[in-house]
Amino acid sequence: MTKKKRSYLEFLYVLPFLVLVALMSYYPLYGWIYAFHDYMPPKPISSETYVGLKWFQYIISNPVRTADVIRVLVNTFAMSGISLAFSWFPMVFAVFLNEIHCKPYRKFVQTVTTLPNFISWVLVFSVAFNVLSSTGAVNAVLTELGVIEKPIAFLSSRDHVWFRMWLWLTWKNAGWAAIMYLAAISGIDEQMIEAAKVDGATRMQIIWRITIPCLLPTYFVIVMLNLANFLSNGMEQYYVFMNNFNKKSIEVLDLYVYNIATTGRGNYPLSTAISMLKSIVSVALLFITNTVSRLVRGEGFI
Amino acid sequence: MTVKTAPGQSRHRNPMERQSAGDRVISVITYIVYAFFAFVCAYPFYYIIINSISANNLSERGKVLFYPMEIHFKNYSRMAGIPGLMDAAKISVLRTLIGTVLTVIIAAFLGYMFTRETMWKRKLWFRFVTVTMYFNAGIIPWVLCMRNLHLNNNFWGYIFPMIVQPFYIILCKTYCESVPRELQDAGEIDGAGTLRVFFSIMLPVIKPILATIAIFAAVNQWNSFQDNLLLMTNRPDLNTLQYVLWQYITQANSLKALLSNTTNSNAILAGLATAATATSIRMSVTVVVVLPVMLIYPFFQRFFTKGIMIGAVKG
Repeated sequence: MTKKKRSYLEFLYVLPFLVLVALMSYYPLYGWIYAFHDYMPPKPISSETYVGLKWFQYIISNPVRTADVIRVLVNTFAMSGISLAFSWFPMVFAVFLNEIHCKPYRKFVQTVTTLPNFISWVLVFSVAFNVLSSTGAVNAVLTELGVIEKPIAFLSSRDHVWFRMWLWLTWKNAGWAAIMYLAAISGIDEQMIEAAKVDGATRMQIIWRITIPCLLPTYFVIVMLNLANFLSNGMEQYYVFMNNFNKKSIEVLDLYVYNIATTGRGNYPLSTAISMLKSIVSVALLFITNTVSRLVRGEGFI
Repeated sequence: MTVKTAPGQSRHRNPMERQSAGDRVISVITYIVYAFFAFVCAYPFYYIIINSISANNLSERGKVLFYPMEIHFKNYSRMAGIPGLMDAAKISVLRTLIGTVLTVIIAAFLGYMFTRETMWKRKLWFRFVTVTMYFNAGIIPWVLCMRNLHLNNNFWGYIFPMIVQPFYIILCKTYCESVPRELQDAGEIDGAGTLRVFFSIMLPVIKPILATIAIFAAVNQWNSFQDNLLLMTNRPDLNTLQYVLWQYITQANSLKALLSNTTNSNAILAGLATAATATSIRMSVTVVVVLPVMLIYPFFQRFFTKGIMIGAVKG
């Protein structure tokens, strides 16, 4: 077999998978075309349904829609902003977990706090529902203790939704996110810490002067990734926790595009137009944060 | 001397070391705070499990808090009778099995192929695959295109969109590159072709990384909810356990209707401890859905560090 022939043959082996990637990941970009049509399924799009930038203008020209989009953007920024503001939490969680000297206890805490990362949002919601519903554990205990007279409607209230969503996100992810920092901590040079001890440093001083500074590069990458995903909270968490009471505050961009496409008669073109704008901004954010990362650390994350 | 410790292992400690008073206070606070974290993460699961095996009239009123009361397993033995539940379980298991196997095979094969420097335009195709990690058309354009491909209301809609995972391919590629090149060369000198080298030489060698990928792919498939919601709009027979559970929680009315259809409505009126209630169904189904993940959890803990690095690897 000649070298050339082999080189093409090897390409042929991967070709079916390249086609699959093209269909599953690139072809959906073609779906953006629906944003430029008056698309009403099941009628297919044609040159007659073409409306140009109508739906993009509609976002700005229709006051109700504009107000809606602004509300959704505020929700998105709030949720992502809170996550960003507390993004140090897994790092601190890892640092102090590492201070626990009893190994079985440390392992136990790590195991138990990582588990929620592996269950779906539906299960998280089920857990929340079972524990926080009017007959759930929390209300049962509070009533028993006489703290409250009537059960608190934890899940069907609009108060502090942004913060509560962050709490659930943290409940699910913090233990898992801490593992990366634990790995980084185990890579810190032992000599440095020994030297600090010889010099009489206390544990807090070692944490503050050695451990945390050694973790900052990792933390920086996390912050950059957070920024790159600022508009993309995903819809699953908010979808399962959404109800008529909290809908106004819980709708983030990803959930909003789903809701406008599926409620009522379903406005697919508008939803697609908003998705499209979001995707473009997200890619721009990714490039910006990657460039910042390259300038600061000398290497990007793409 | 530098001592390397495994991730998750505490550093800089010596049990005989004297702690200052300040350090001791920090120790005590740390232990208490982490006990709280552990409790918050573990108790909800414990609560649901003990309630699912306790008397239903007690769990319905939130009386079961610390230990199971009047233990019975009726909620589980009755499960086969809940319409739709067994079908959903079948779909969940099927998609997990098929999806995982295909994901792993594809990751292994493409990971290996992208190390073949002889391949025509290798770097370009590798980029073509990995760059898909960084953009996303958005769910609605995606759904519309999946409809065009007839993957909606179709079991394969669970499989095809999920089986080519750039993360896993990169992971396999990196692993293949760490295998000594001589191994492949030896095979080729003996006359093995590209595929033969893959199946007979590389596949057995890269098994450890494939185990990691299999676990993460399986958990992803099992937990997947969004594709069910978006694609399987007209085929209730294709619903997964995740979706059915979600319906049980949010549509209490349909659950009630489902209960009154069964013979147990008289039992509810009689206030029997084993009569099915909305709460009992919700809790026992939750346990069934979470159980597979909990069961394999101890086995895959050692893959954690690798797994988290999947997200950190550069494309």
